[in-house]
Amino acid sequence: MQFVPPARHLLRAKDLADARYFEPLDVDDLARAAGLSRAHFSREFRRAFGESPHAYLLTRRLERAAALLRGTDRSVADICLSVGLQSIGSFTTSFTRTFGVSPTAYRARFPPAADWAMVPTCVLRFYGRPGNSTFREDN
Amino acid sequence: MYKVSTAQMWVHDQDQALEFYTKKLGMEVRQDVTMPQMGNFRWLTVGPVSQPDISIVLMPIPGPPVMDADTAEQVETLMAKGFAGTVFLTTDDVQAEYEQLKSRGVEFTEEPEERPYGIDSGFRDPSGNSFRLTQVRDLG
Repeated sequence: MQFVPPARHLLRAKDLADARYFEPLDVDDLARAAGLSRAHFSREFRRAFGESPHAYLLTRRLERAAALLRGTDRSVADICLSVGLQSIGSFTTSFTRTFGVSPTAYRARFPPAADWAMVPTCVLRFYGRPGNSTFREDN
Repeated sequence: MYKVSTAQMWVHDQDQALEFYTKKLGMEVRQDVTMPQMGNFRWLTVGPVSQPDISIVLMPIPGPPVMDADTAEQVETLMAKGFAGTVFLTTDDVQAEYEQLKSRGVEFTEEPEERPYGIDSGFRDPSGNSFRLTQVRDLG
């Protein structure tokens, strides 16, 4: 059988966390992707990447949540679910611990997402048009 | 010198497109903003994780008064027939990428095949827009 460096299996788990963070993934799934027992996997992952798989996956989710708070007008609850977390309470706690402010306060630090949206003026012009009200002007 | 930042694609259903581009293709949501003052126009952009400065706008086909009904129907038909445009993706390992996308339910119209310029494959989004996924041959 072809030799594969052991870290390659750990990378598979890390790639899975990066790519599928929005699914209900947990450390057991990551350990399975690496083909290792959970305890052994957590130890090896930390040794290879400097943090626990749990922390790595959570950080990925929080980083995406922060981007969605800045770039979208979705609700905090929606964002929590869309990064693969189920509990709004623990999401808020983890987010606050990581960023120093709550998700809502974090969002308030940035201009509204609509200001960032580079909607071109041609689109604005079209969509901003009021509906047809002709007042016999087209006669 | 300028850079390409964003390109637009028509989609027949933004929610369906969002699901496809993020969950199946693995792109990230960049912007998702609904504008009540513009008849709830939704500005929705996604992009590849590896290229934070490049986005694709998933643009709904507007109805009147923005676009007349005939034109809207023509755009939708062109798209459904696969003539509305193509996005060209490249990868270092087309076979691995192909297997992964296929396992997530992406329907390939062409499996990876050798071409003079590399190994090329193709798939479509739910609206019919065409994608190429190519491992470009190193000519250096």
